[in-house]
Order: sequence, then structure tokens, then C-alpha cells
Amino acid sequence: MPRMTYLEAARRALAEEMRRDPDVWAVGEDLGRGGVFGQYRGLIEEFGPERVIDAPISENAILGSSVGAAMTGARPVVEMRFADFALCAIDELVNQAAKARYMFGGQIRVPLVVREPVGLWKSAAAQHSQSLEAWYVHIPGLVVVMPATPADNAGLLKAAIRCDDPVVYMEHKDLWGLEGEVPEEIEPIPLGTARLARAGRDLTLVTWSAAVHTALDAAAQLAGEGVDAEVLDLRTLWPWDREAVFASVARTRRVLIVHEAVRVGGFGAEIAATLAEELGDRLAAPPRRLGAPRIPVPYSPPLEQEVRIPADRIAEAARALLRA
Amino acid sequence: MTDAAAARGANLDRERLCAFYRQMWRIRAFEECAMRGAEAGEVFGTVHPSIGQEAVAVAVCGNLRRDDILLSTHRGHGHTLVKGADPYAMMCELLGRVDGSCRGKGGSMHIADFGVAMLGANGVVGANTVIAVGAAQRLKYLRSDRIVACIFGDGAVNRGTFLEALNWAAVHALPVLFVCEDNRYAASTRTCDLTAGGGAAARGPALGVETVEADGNDVAGLDATVRELVERVRGGPPVLLVARTYRLAGHTSRDPAAYRPEAEVAAARKEDPIARCAALLRLAGVGEEELAGMREAACREMDAVYERARGAAWPPRALAFADVQDVGSPEERPF
Repeated sequence: MPRMTYLEAARRALAEEMRRDPDVWAVGEDLGRGGVFGQYRGLIEEFGPERVIDAPISENAILGSSVGAAMTGARPVVEMRFADFALCAIDELVNQAAKARYMFGGQIRVPLVVREPVGLWKSAAAQHSQSLEAWYVHIPGLVVVMPATPADNAGLLKAAIRCDDPVVYMEHKDLWGLEGEVPEEIEPIPLGTARLARAGRDLTLVTWSAAVHTALDAAAQLAGEGVDAEVLDLRTLWPWDREAVFASVARTRRVLIVHEAVRVGGFGAEIAATLAEELGDRLAAPPRRLGAPRIPVPYSPPLEQEVRIPADRIAEAARALLRA
Repeated sequence: MTDAAAARGANLDRERLCAFYRQMWRIRAFEECAMRGAEAGEVFGTVHPSIGQEAVAVAVCGNLRRDDILLSTHRGHGHTLVKGADPYAMMCELLGRVDGSCRGKGGSMHIADFGVAMLGANGVVGANTVIAVGAAQRLKYLRSDRIVACIFGDGAVNRGTFLEALNWAAVHALPVLFVCEDNRYAASTRTCDLTAGGGAAARGPALGVETVEADGNDVAGLDATVRELVERVRGGPPVLLVARTYRLAGHTSRDPAAYRPEAEVAAARKEDPIARCAALLRLAGVGEEELAGMREAACREMDAVYERARGAAWPPRALAFADVQDVGSPEERPF
């Protein structure tokens, strides 16, 4: 299998989808020059400016025009540059894209993919670092996807583009350079299926996006101590793979949910509450969560460290869970 | 009414003028039924009447082809009716019945009829402007000769979406007819009190969009203006039409609109587009009996529509869970 970066995997998947389907187009700021991170490099040369559409800094129009285009048969891939900037277009996503099919009684669908790069990256501070996936999971009508590996960023992007629902597609900025194997023939990965990142017997770490890699580091540490942790990469937050999570947790009877987003009101709370309700007394210990403190992301590296969840802390929480 | 308008009216095709008159009465009769229904507690949600603004709906939507795309507002019954939507389906929507345009899931503010390329009323002021430019971009990509008409109120011109949409449409030379239906009030506030500069008519040219101002209560004059603009927009760059009108009713059917000076309302009543059209028809030789006949026919039609809609079935409970999404669709289950 060829090796490539997380960024290149998505670029290839998008190019293949654009070759396959003339209704797919991409729109966003700086796309003609390859996009802010280079994830659109070469596309305008192949597909031209009508399908790789350079946008002014007009978030309402970038997302709103994509709603109108999707209603008339296009399948737009909408680049919002940073998840933080996508907040400028919340009406277009939440009140328009997510509602149109339902409130118009099923007359229309809005098939678009909203790419919202998330996460801590290069001291980007409070307005360029957030992970806001839990907001979108709360909105009926939306699908929320967060790939953690190059292969998934290819297969999930294809699935998102072929999906008839509006999909919030959150790539982690710190993973752009991550290398991994990607199948020669990129197949869409069914949305809503978790990936077993590491099999284990003693406890389950449920996680997604960049935190998957930290969780795997923690699992390696724990393995040195004779603790066998299972790591589940959720990949899709809505819908989330309840069956895979339930099956794993029913077996290990201990679960730690790890996410980079703020812990309060984070998606970990939904998973923990669901497991407590559904598995309850079959658990050996109450579900535990790790997430960021409820502070904006600070700039200075020693301060930024306070919102990060390093492998040590995951391992420590896992040990505490095993003692419980 | 000016003499010039009267002279134009006298020369106008009598049948066309009669059609405008009937259509304006259909809109008014529909909304009067809806308002009575709201009063009676049978129309549940908010109804935003367009009484006094019917000429804009007739002139703009009457000049669109069936496959031209329309985006409307929360005050959009008139636009939708003239575009060709079925008044029975619209009334069922207001009454929350399963035969509604949106199966009773949207209500007055979210009526859409994709069968006549009506892409939706919108509960968010100015939100439709950016959706419109995307639809137009798609049409341009398809090398289609269809156009998009996007109607919004004067309140929308202070939203960022107005600026973003006009800029986008101008930069890409998209076939959009933007129509600012200026009824002088943004909810209960006089728009001019909180709008700097020359308002919509000054903002269009600043963005390089050709802008035309027109009397929005002169149905015949506006019809001629729109007909020309529609042909210019077809395949070409966008145009902004600012149609000056007046909202004779309140912001909603429950709003007595007591915040408006009496003299202002009295003056506006004299400019009622239906009355002005009747005056033109009299000049064209139409008698009182015929005028009354057209009005009564519209009222009878909408009364019958209302009665029939009242008898329509409620949506089945399962519809609450339908059409949310394909992936991760909610399951109907007890909690």
C-alpha cells in the first residue's frame, strides 16, 4: 500500500471524487492557490475555476451559496479554513443546511461537506484552535466526521461527499503531515463505523481525531505495565458506533473517554451517560472522561500545555480506573 | 396616481390588467383567510401578512418562467401563490395538515414548492440572499438560461448576507434578480431610522450592481420594469430592484401596528395597489360589476380552499421522525 500524508490522502480522495462526479465542486478562500494548508493543491489546474471556486472572505456566502447550489443539484465541498471561522456561518449550516430537508417536508436534500479544520496546532491560540464537534452533534440533520489517520481521511471524505446529508467534516490541523498507508483504490468508509485502533482486554479507551494517537501512546505505556488497553477510534461522532462501543465496554467493563475538546458539555458526556444508562451495573467502575479544562486556548506553550491531554495523563487516568 | 400612470394604464392590455387585479385579490383573500384562521386559533404559528404589497408579488413572480428559481421571505404567501403554488397545499401548511406543501412540517414561514422552483420562504431575514447566489452559480455552471429571483425586505439590507451576496453575484456575474421589497418597516421599527446612507438603492451601485428603483404599488409600471430586468438578468450580471411599497397590516397578524402615525397609514391606504389597479381598470372601461366579480371570485376561491384545508388530515405521528437525515436518522421509540 502506498504511504502518504493525511493531507495528501484527502487531496487524492477529493480529486478522485471530482473526476467521478461532475456535480462535485469545491469552494472556499484561497483554493486557487491550493488552500491555506495545501489540501487543494493542483485541483484548479485539473478542474478549472468553475469547480475549484475561489471565494472572498465571506463565510455566510461561502456556506450559504453552497446550500443553494446543493438544492439545485451540486455536491459542494465547502472549505471553512478553520472551524473557528465557520462560526461566522452558523446560520447557513444550522438553520438552513441542517433544516431544509425536514422543514420543507422532504422535498429537497442538501448534500454538502463542510470541511472545518480543528484542534491545537502551532500556538494558534484562542481563535484558531478549537474543537467544537459537540455543537454539531447536537443539531438534528447533520453528520459529524473526524478522521484520525491518512487512510480514514481518504475513505471518510469519499463517503462524506457521496452522502446526501450535510456533513461537518473536521480534520485535525496537527495531523496534516502524519504519514500512513492508504489503499491504492480508495473505497468510501461507511459513516458511523468505529475503527479498532488497538485490541485489548482490560479497559476501553474511546476517542477520536488527534487524541487517538495520544491514546495509543498511553496504551503502549500501559502495556509495559502489563495493562492491556483497547483503543476505539470513533471516526464518526454522529452517528456514533454504539454497537462497537457497547461490545467493547461490555467486555472490558471499564471505559475512559478521551477528547481534545472542552470536557464540560463535550461529546464524552453523551457517551458516558449512554453507557451508564444502558450498561449500568455491568460496569466494574463508572465511566470516566478526559477533556480540556473550560478555558480558551492560550497562546504561550507552557499555558497551552494546560489544555492538552498528554499520554501520561491518559495512562494515569486508566490506572485509577483499573483500581476503582 | 399620476396622470402618466393613468395614461399608461389606459393603453395597457385590458386582459393583462384584469389578470393582475385577480391575482392581487387572490393573495389578499388568501391572507385574510389565514388571518381569520389565526384569530380563530386554527392557524397556529405566526402569519406575516403582505397586505398592501401584492403588486410586488404579481409583477416580480408573474414575470418568471415556471423553471426560474424563486427565494422568498417570511412574508412570502403572495410570491409563492404567483409562482404557481397550489393555495390548498399552502393553506394546509398553515393549518398544519398532512396535505401541506411541506406536509405540515414548516408552516407559513417555511413554505417551499420545489415543483414550481420555489426554494423556500425563510424565517431568517436576509438568509435567502446567499442561498440565491449559490443556486445561480449552479445554473451558470449548467449553462442554463434560467434565472434566480430573490425577494427580501428592507430590513435585510443591514445584514451582512446582503453585502456578501451582492458582491458574490457581481464578481461571478450571476443571473440573480435581487428584489428589495421595501415596505418601510423592519418588524416594528422604521427602517430608515436605523439605516445609514441611501439604503438599498445606494448599496447596490457601491457593489457594482445595477440598481433600479420603482414604485412598488403601481402594478402595471412595475410589471413593465420587471419584464425588462428579467430579460437582462437572463444569462447576465445581477440586477437589484428596489420596489417601494407599504405594509398595510402589522408585522404579524397579531400586531395592531399602533407604532405607526395615523396620517402615514391613511396616506398609504390611498396608495393601496389593488385600489390603484382598480382605478386603471375603470379608465380602461371595466365596470364596477366586473371589478366586484373579480374580487368576489378570489374571495370565494380562498374561502373554499380554507374550508377544504380545515377538513384535511393531521400528519401521522411518524412524520415527526421522517426526513431528518439518511445517516444516523432518529428512531421513533419510547423514552
